[in-house]
Amino acid sequence: MSEGNVQAGTLPPSPEHTSSFKMISSLGAAGAAAGLLIVLVFGVTKEPIERYKAEVLRLAVSEVLNDPARYETLYVTSDGAIEASVPAGTESEAKKIYVGFDADGHATGVAVKDGAAGFQDIITLIYGFDPTSGKLLAMKVLENKETPGLGDAIEKDLAFVSQFEQATPPLAAVKRSTGAPGEIDAITGATISSRAVVRIINESLARLRAPIEAYFSQASAREEALP
Amino acid sequence: MKETTGQEDLLRGIWRENPVLIQMLGLCPALAVTNNVENSLAMALATLFVLVGSSLLVSLCKRFIPGEIRISVYILIIATFVTVADLTLQAVVPEIHKALGAFIALIVVNCMILGRQEAFASKRPPGRALLDALGTGAGFAIALVMLGAVREILGSGSFLGVSLFGPSYEPWIVMILPPGGFLTLGALLLCLAWWQERQEVKVSG
Amino acid sequence: MGELVWIFLSAMVINNFTLALFLGLCPFMGVSARVETALRMGAANIFVLVITSVTVSFLNAFILEQAPYLRIISFIVVIASLVQIVETVIKKVSPTLFRELGIYLPLITTNCAILGLAIFQTNRGYDFIEGLAFALGAGAGLTLALVLMASIREESELASVPSIARGMGLVLIIAGSLSLCFMGFAGLLSSS
Repeated sequence: MSEGNVQAGTLPPSPEHTSSFKMISSLGAAGAAAGLLIVLVFGVTKEPIERYKAEVLRLAVSEVLNDPARYETLYVTSDGAIEASVPAGTESEAKKIYVGFDADGHATGVAVKDGAAGFQDIITLIYGFDPTSGKLLAMKVLENKETPGLGDAIEKDLAFVSQFEQATPPLAAVKRSTGAPGEIDAITGATISSRAVVRIINESLARLRAPIEAYFSQASAREEALP
Repeated sequence: MKETTGQEDLLRGIWRENPVLIQMLGLCPALAVTNNVENSLAMALATLFVLVGSSLLVSLCKRFIPGEIRISVYILIIATFVTVADLTLQAVVPEIHKALGAFIALIVVNCMILGRQEAFASKRPPGRALLDALGTGAGFAIALVMLGAVREILGSGSFLGVSLFGPSYEPWIVMILPPGGFLTLGALLLCLAWWQERQEVKVSG
Repeated sequence: MGELVWIFLSAMVINNFTLALFLGLCPFMGVSARVETALRMGAANIFVLVITSVTVSFLNAFILEQAPYLRIISFIVVIASLVQIVETVIKKVSPTLFRELGIYLPLITTNCAILGLAIFQTNRGYDFIEGLAFALGAGAGLTLALVLMASIREESELASVPSIARGMGLVLIIAGSLSLCFMGFAGLLSSS
């Protein structure tokens, strides 16, 4: 219906022919001004946006690791090694994990952020995993654009979310749980979104479990070697 | 185009030429984000900001914009304001930004905004363009909040997140799903048409 | 391959751009009175969607990696220029087709489906081929919705409806019913 409205306008303000040079220069000027303004606003808003994102991540990591005394950010490189830092420029290839420590400095668990397509769009979540017991600590959905009222229950339905505490991966989303370890009751009306959550954790752990376990056994060996 | 007074410019868009309910412009955001009142308000405010900003700028610069490329320049101006709104919302109210998601970016292609530039701001002085933008933006906000209120009350049993009917209320989930958007706006339009018909009968009878 | 079919189907029916995501409503309401125009509009949309998807893949790969905050503005500039170029080319190559498409072609610029496609494709991180499948699916979905709507409206013209429902109210109620029907396609997902 916009067509009617746009068409209803009378002729453009300058009906006489304009030279190509004038057209290109005014478009260029408008583009340059627009670009400048955006870069300016980006510069001003960059800091609060990043601070907010960091804060959200910090809270989420603390939550899924059951309030560790502190946590460290480590990188799992593409060949499966765990490093404290990676060379600049290769951050995007490595996977970030967050290892939580208790007050005595023992590693208690690891938090991983991951995401994949759900019903409508990408679901991003973070989960805590304890390699020593082989159980999940908790799961928290960070971002979802699933259908409000149905699919978004994966974030809000506490009965669903709490099932991930102490669940033993690999998980399976089921309609009616039989009590077997690793079974997660899918939410009625949000089966697809529930399955997506389970799949994200399974796939993420399939990739990261071996390096994480190796890291933890090394860490405990180091601790024992200390006097 | 016939001359109008400033007051007319301001009031026209609010009801008599309401962009959503009468002109059927800007339907994508009007239906997509109105599953609750809070999102509707945020979307309406962001759109108002973009509309006012770009109307003022277009009206101020109209002499320097060659007619042949005016649409591209308008789109460029609108896109700039949308990016500014996007970044500002993200910095100031990140929770609302998260809920509105990709629909902030889609303000660029809200036909209502481009329509106002082409039909009004490009021909009038900045003062009038500002009044027109405020009126149209307010009309858009009214329509969005109406839709959002109906859908949230029926679909979630709450208003602005406050539960209205207690736990025994079984929400009509379909109202906050996509079909509910179409049905609510359709029902609103039917009511409007019915009301208008009655007015006409009154006047003629 | 299965993944690609999936992206196509999902964009076409499960998350139909018009009926589930409310994208491209302006042509849906405005050009859905006749089946023939609806088909033509759909074809023009598929065409622009596919070129946009290709361009956006390149933009994402080479330019926007460095400056994500310029995303909206560069997408819209690209879409506006593409539509302009397509218009000029069609005018030169086939004046008949140009006349037939008429006003619909320039209007595609403000069709939110096109910008929506660009943004979703970027957010979901589709690569070149996946983007193509997504664009084709979205285009097919738009066309399907347009043609369905136009067929119903052609029929309903002959029906006797109350006077208050002769305007857009009825069209929206029909759209709502169509949207409800399309929700049923979500079942495709759970059976997979």
